[in-house]
This record gives sequence, C-alpha cells and structure tokens, in this order.
Amino acid sequence: MNYGPLPRKEDARLVRGKGTFVDDITLPGMLHGAVLRSPVAHARITSIDTAAALAHPQVEAVLTGRDLAGTLPGRDFSWMPTLSGDVQAVLATDKVRFQGQEIAFVIARDRYSARDALELIAVEYEPLPVLVDATRALDPGAPVVRDDLDGRTDNRIFHWSAGDKAATDAVFAAADVVVTQDMLYPRSHPSPLETCGIVADADPVSGRLTIWSTSQAPHAHRTVYALITGIPEHKIRVVSPDLGGGFGNKVPIYPGYLCAIAGSVRTGRPVKWTEDRSENLMAGSFARDYHMHGEIAASRDGRILGLRARVLADHGAFNGAAQPSKYPAGFFHIFTGSYDLRAAHCEVTGVYTNKAPGGVAYSCSFRVTEAVYLVERLVDLLARELGMDPAQLRMANLLQPDQFPYASPTGLVYDSGDYPQALRLAMDLAGYADLRAEQAARRERGQYMGIGVSFFTEGVGAGPREHMDILGLAMADAAELRVHPTGKAVLGVSCQTQGQGHETTFAQIVAEELGLDPDDVDVVHGDTDRTPFGLGTYGSRSTAVCGAAAAIAARRVRDRAKIVAAAMLEVAESDLEWADRAWRVRGDPEQARNIGEIAMAAHSGLRLPDGIEGQLDARAVYNPPNLTFPFGAYICVTDVDPVTGQVVVRRFIAVDDCGVRINPMIVEGQIHRGLADGVGIALMQAITFDHQGNCLAGSLMDYLLPTSAEVPSPELGTTVTPSPHHPIGAKGIGESATVGSPAAVVNSVLDALAPLGVRHADMPLTPAVVWRAVQGQPLRTDLAGG
Amino acid sequence: MAEEPDVRITVNVNGADCSRDVEPRLLLIHFLRDDLGLTGSHWGCDTSNCGACVVWLDERPVKSCTILAVIADGRRVRTVEGLERDGVLDPVQVGFARCHGLQCGFCTPGMMLTARWLLDHHPDPPPAAIREALSGQVCRCTGYENIIRAVRWAAENPTSVPE
Repeated sequence: MNYGPLPRKEDARLVRGKGTFVDDITLPGMLHGAVLRSPVAHARITSIDTAAALAHPQVEAVLTGRDLAGTLPGRDFSWMPTLSGDVQAVLATDKVRFQGQEIAFVIARDRYSARDALELIAVEYEPLPVLVDATRALDPGAPVVRDDLDGRTDNRIFHWSAGDKAATDAVFAAADVVVTQDMLYPRSHPSPLETCGIVADADPVSGRLTIWSTSQAPHAHRTVYALITGIPEHKIRVVSPDLGGGFGNKVPIYPGYLCAIAGSVRTGRPVKWTEDRSENLMAGSFARDYHMHGEIAASRDGRILGLRARVLADHGAFNGAAQPSKYPAGFFHIFTGSYDLRAAHCEVTGVYTNKAPGGVAYSCSFRVTEAVYLVERLVDLLARELGMDPAQLRMANLLQPDQFPYASPTGLVYDSGDYPQALRLAMDLAGYADLRAEQAARRERGQYMGIGVSFFTEGVGAGPREHMDILGLAMADAAELRVHPTGKAVLGVSCQTQGQGHETTFAQIVAEELGLDPDDVDVVHGDTDRTPFGLGTYGSRSTAVCGAAAAIAARRVRDRAKIVAAAMLEVAESDLEWADRAWRVRGDPEQARNIGEIAMAAHSGLRLPDGIEGQLDARAVYNPPNLTFPFGAYICVTDVDPVTGQVVVRRFIAVDDCGVRINPMIVEGQIHRGLADGVGIALMQAITFDHQGNCLAGSLMDYLLPTSAEVPSPELGTTVTPSPHHPIGAKGIGESATVGSPAAVVNSVLDALAPLGVRHADMPLTPAVVWRAVQGQPLRTDLAGG
Repeated sequence: MAEEPDVRITVNVNGADCSRDVEPRLLLIHFLRDDLGLTGSHWGCDTSNCGACVVWLDERPVKSCTILAVIADGRRVRTVEGLERDGVLDPVQVGFARCHGLQCGFCTPGMMLTARWLLDHHPDPPPAAIREALSGQVCRCTGYENIIRAVRWAAENPTSVPE
C-alpha cells in the first residue's frame, strides 16, 4: 500500500533554500518593470506625461495604454478579457476605476530605477463621484463605473437565482418560526506570502514567448495569452515553477503580466515584474464581499424546513471572478448546507463598484465559503430562537447516510456522506457536554466562554465539462504517464502545486496502481511544454480531477502491461490477475511479472499479439461526472473579554471527511492551514475602504494575518466516506477548513456574548467590532466610519 | 532621487567574504538575492511583518527587508544556504521535512533561521516559547502547528548539530 504519510519529495530543495520561485529567475540582459497605479478611486485621466521618466538614464521604455495598442501587429491589448468574460483595462486610457489601478509601466535596467521613474510620470486626473458602498450601487443616480461598456447605464453585472421560489415561499408562509439576519462576508484577500510576478522572454528570432509566472493555471493562461496577443499558442510556453502559496490569488491574469510581455516584445529583452505587498493587497484578486440577507424557516420543535437568501455581490470595478461561466455566483446555491429541508431559493445580484476587481479567489471552493457561513449562522440563530442547543439542532436536521446520493433543492447531487458520524466524533473529541457545563459555570463567575459549531458540505472538483468551463475551456484535467524500460516512470499533470505536495501525492497514486515505489515516479507539473492541457489547481480540484486522471492513466498502463505479461508468460490474458504488485497467473501466483520486468520486455523485441504496440505509456483526460462533496464538523472554543473586545481562540476541533486520503500527513497540513484561515478571516482580516475609495488595508500592518500567537493547536478527527464516482474515492481537501471554519469561530464568539444580548456582528470580529456589538452599536466592517 | 555614489562593502556571508559596490539605499534582502544570487531568502512584505526575509546579522535574526546592505558592511550574515554544514543538514531542516513543517516553502528559510537561533539559546523550548519566538513571522500554509512540531523535533534530535 503506497497511501500513507510519506515525507514530501519537494522538501529536499525547499529546506535548503534551493526552490525556484519566479523572482529567483534571472536571465541575461533582463530588465525590470514597475507599474504606476492610480492614487484615486474614480477619475477621468486628462493627460499622462512620460517624458521625464523616459529621460531617466536607466529607463529603457515606458508603456501607457496607447502603447499597448500598437505593440503587436493588429492587436490592442490595452484591454483584456477577464476569466468571467468581462473586459478589464490593462493600462487605463479613459479613466481610473479603483485606487491602485494600472496606468503606466516603466521598464528599467534595475528594480530601483524602475520604481524611481514611476515618480517622474505626471498624470492629471479629473475627479469623478466615487461608488464604494455596494448597497448603493443600484440606486438611481449612482455613479456608473463601467461607462466603457456599450449602453451601460447602471452598475448591475448579473442576476442569478437557484431553487424553487414558489415552493420556498409556501414553506415559509406555513412555518411556525422564521429567523432572519443580514450579514456581511467582508472583502478578504488570500495574500500568499509570495506576491505575484512574471519573467517574460519574447525571442524575436524564434518568435517564441517564454513566461515564468505565478500561475495556478498555466495551460489556461497560455491559451488566454495567445488569444490576447495573437502570438500562436504553440509558440508560447508558460512555466509556473515553485509558487509561494496561491489560494486563488494566482488564478487570474493580471495587467502586470501583459505589460511585462509587451515590454519584452518592445525591447527584445526579458522583462521581470514582481508586485510588492501593497500592490498585491490593493489590486490583486480579492475574495468574498457578499452582502447577504438570509432567512430560515422551521417548525417549533426544531425541524428545519426552508432557506431563502438574497445576496448583493460586490465584484469591484471589473468582473474578474474566476468560476465556471454558467455560475456567476459560483456554487453559492450549496447554501442549503448539510440539512434535510423541503425547499430553498437564493438569488444573487452582482454589481460594479470603485474597488479592486476580482471575486471568488481565496480558498472558497467557488463561493461555498459564503454559503456555509450564511446557513451556519442562520442555524445558530434558529437554535437561539428555539432555545435549543446548536449542536443538537444540527444533529436533528443533518442528512442521513441512506439519503445519498442526495438531490438538493437547488439542483446539486451530493455524492456520499455520513454526517451524523462526523458531528458525533467532533462532539466526542471536544467533550461537548463538559464544555457546556464549563461554560455555564464560567457564566456564573461573569466569564464569557463561547462554543461554536459549524457543519459544512463543499462541492469541489469542477466539473462535468458539459456544464463547467472558464472562457469556454472545459474544466477537465489530464495526466500523461511515461514508463521507461527499467520501470521508472514520469507523470506529467495539468495541475500545478503551490505547496500542496503534488510531486509526492501524485507519485503515490501512480505507485499504488502499478506496484511501484513512489521514489520510482517523478511528477512534472507547471510547464506547458512538458505537461498535457488542463485547467489547473484551484477550487480543490487537483486530487478530485487531475488525481483521477493520474489513476486512470496508470490503470491504462497496467492494462497494457497485462498484454505484455501474457506474452512473456506465454499464457492467455484471461489467465492473469493483478495481485501483490504484479500480474500473476491465476492459481499459480509464483508465475508473475512486475511492472519493471514488463516495461523492459515492452521495449524489447518480444513478440506481441497483432495490433499491439510496444511500450507502456498512456494518458488520460478526466471529465468528472459530478462534483465531489467533502464535509466536516468543526467546534471552536473561545474566551471573549467584552470589556476590551479581545477574543482568544482556545481550542479548535475539526473532523474532516474528504473521502480516501492518499497522504494523510499532507491532508492534515491542508486542514491546519484552513483552520488558521478561519481564525484570521473571522477575527482579523478584512479589506476595508473609506468613503473616497481609499483602500485601508494596503500593507500587512493594516491587513492582519494570523501568526503563531493567535492560532491554537488544532485537534483533528477523521472519517472516510469514499466518493462513489471518483476512481480512487478521493474528494479533495484543499479548501475545506477555510470554507468551514470561519462560521465556527463567529458562532463561538457570539455564543460567548449571548448573555449580553448580542445576536450578530459582522466579521472581522476585531476588538473594536466586538466592543461595539456589546454596546449595541454594531460597526459596519466594509466601510470605515460607516 | 539624487545620485549618490556607490559604496564598497564587504560582508561575510555564510563564512565567505563578499565585496560589492552598492547603492547606499540597497536593502540587505536585495543585496543577498540580486547581487549575490542567494535566492533562498525571500522578500514578502516590505514592512517587516512577514519574516520571509529573516537572516542572521552577526548572531541575531533580523528582517533583511528593513536593513540596508551598508549596515552589514564588515559584519557576518547567515542565510538558509548556510544552515547546512559540510553536507549535513541542520536538525531544524530535517525536522521541518519530517514533521511537514512546510508546504509552499516560501516562509521556511526565515522560520528555520529563527528556530536555529532559538535552539542555540534555549535548547529545549516548550511549544509556547516556540510560538513566541516565531510570532513575528507569517506562514500562510501550515497554520503553524507542524512548524512548532518541527522545532520540537529538532530540539529532541540535536545530534547532527556541528559545533
């Protein structure tokens, strides 16, 4: 058995400081780019004067939007398509629409000179009214952010709904109890420790463009670059080397990438651009920013009957969300969560504002994070309304194992699950009854201890290709397995690791299928010249989609090996069975050939049946028949000081079921990360703006990330419910804890504050937010002074 | 913007003297990465919040994004490339790999250098002391738990530390 906690192949280089991150790459003659950004959120550009910058002795070129119109013949890439099919300015020509928007690109001989020359560019702005408050975006007379779009007179991007409205309204009309709550999932940012960057090398002789970039989807990026620049796709190579985290931040194509490409074409030399942390936080793809109105209907005895949600989704100045194109709100319709209810309906309206573009990104499994938060807050509020224990209310309403596959009221089909088992295990690990007793005792002493529960179901591994695509590219992934004569193998995969350990996990998948040692399998990823096409790593897709492709490719190798083994052993194929890492003769298991022996024979002059090619190589493209549905139960214990507003997370218990675990060590590491995200998102992290559209979280001094001082030692539990449709039963784990844990933290804090009459407060629950909630003066967390 | 003449500095990096002419404003992290090609130390935030750039200056961990290269003139710098001795990994490096104390590996060099400093001064630190020592650095992947375990492992397995 090759599944198990195997140390990672990646670590040998990374602990020696020998990784290769994009900014580590230096090419002969390489130049350095820097982006001039708008200091204001909404203004017409009346002039851009680059003369002084061009006169700087170290500057080679300065690009504005006008220059991008003529860099490549017949191509204007001053605008580019976003992954949602909107268009986004690469370098602003008409007006700026958010603070930090790209206006010009300086190319100089060194990093510092490029930054110096930015200060020599003179831009004149004519200020425009600023739209920062998403709740005013659809007001008559609101400033129109996107007057570049034909006929556009308002800020509406889309309106989308799921579920049966009439049936849901009927359930609500007849219900004993309806609980309602407005809640904000504030704008957040994945903020990987490595910011985004690129080295672009356009070779004027060969016509080849080589790109090293921070990309979670190198193949999709190559296609988009070809479409934008007109450079033939086979002349473009995208390499995504070691990445310093991604979490969704490295899914989009950013204007800086195209500027570096244009700069390299212009100068005939390689151009590097690495954004700084402020650029990353102010202009890189954000996440969340969902203003949600939720309602839950139930019977007086605690039976959940229905859910309704109305959501206003702030997508910023350009709709840069990356999600399947038919799902503008991602998989938000999974908001019915893990509960057996009669009807549900949700509607989401997307709007433009004068804030940085994006949407979705940040380990959210395409908006499942927002959906889980909504339903888990509502269930807690319902428990309070009914006077029931929130864990018991959940237990009484969870889907039962015999209900799977389960068709949800909004059109999803959950593959498998044993939800009560997971919640029971979490409660056992937590010592739930004892915690409640301790809480009661502490309350007697005037101490505010909280116990927060959340239960989540994710839908990951997008998706069936017929339903899910990005810019028309179906969300399938591929694996290509080459087996050398000595039985050593190289697996090329279309996904890309940002720390998830694919070089190890995928070797384990192949080794398990072929009876090899994981050391005998090298995994190649993140290089479009060396790997097959696929949509990449985000939305917890890698194991769920590309992992399946790897297993299928390995099984195809094994099938081919069977034919060769039959020839070697001079028996019929039907006499062979795969057992104990070899093809063996049924009833005579000593007569056997392993993959190493077979591979050598497959490359030899051995006579094979007519029509059978030699060698063993195989490939597979995996088109998932459905999403996979990981789930879990989390319990968070906090201590809250209502006088200072400070929250201490004392314990975090997490039971995750992601189906079959290939490498449990790596799986647990992914969960640890997501729980830290839960602490950060619930208590610290938010991208806030003032009324002029100034971003107030432009550095890590203002955008607070959790450290070892805030995150407790997690206590993990495991259940395993294999996915019935996945070749190895795996479901995906990359985002589960980020999706499931913020609700547990918030529920815990509000549970602590319940005796003070606090019903709800929006994230992040900073000391100020908590204190104001205790005072009965809730603080709006998307707008400063709001 | 005023052009200032370059300054000749000599820094002992991982035991070898390195002399370069540098701009007075050059940050130590850029000196290490761009001038010396030692790319194991990473740049992450500019504001000394994240610690991806932590190296030793003489005997103390510093954030090299907020130290000028000229400050290091005549002094010793130790980077992740100097953790390994004579082909033998430092126990901290072994511990990080064994305990899954890293995922993307971007914060890892800085974390390991602080951990080495901690263990040199406090050979058997309890988890709370490790958390305290590392609390000025950010990891976005591990949630810190396995980093704490990695440092504990190194504390319990100090045998390959070269004296």
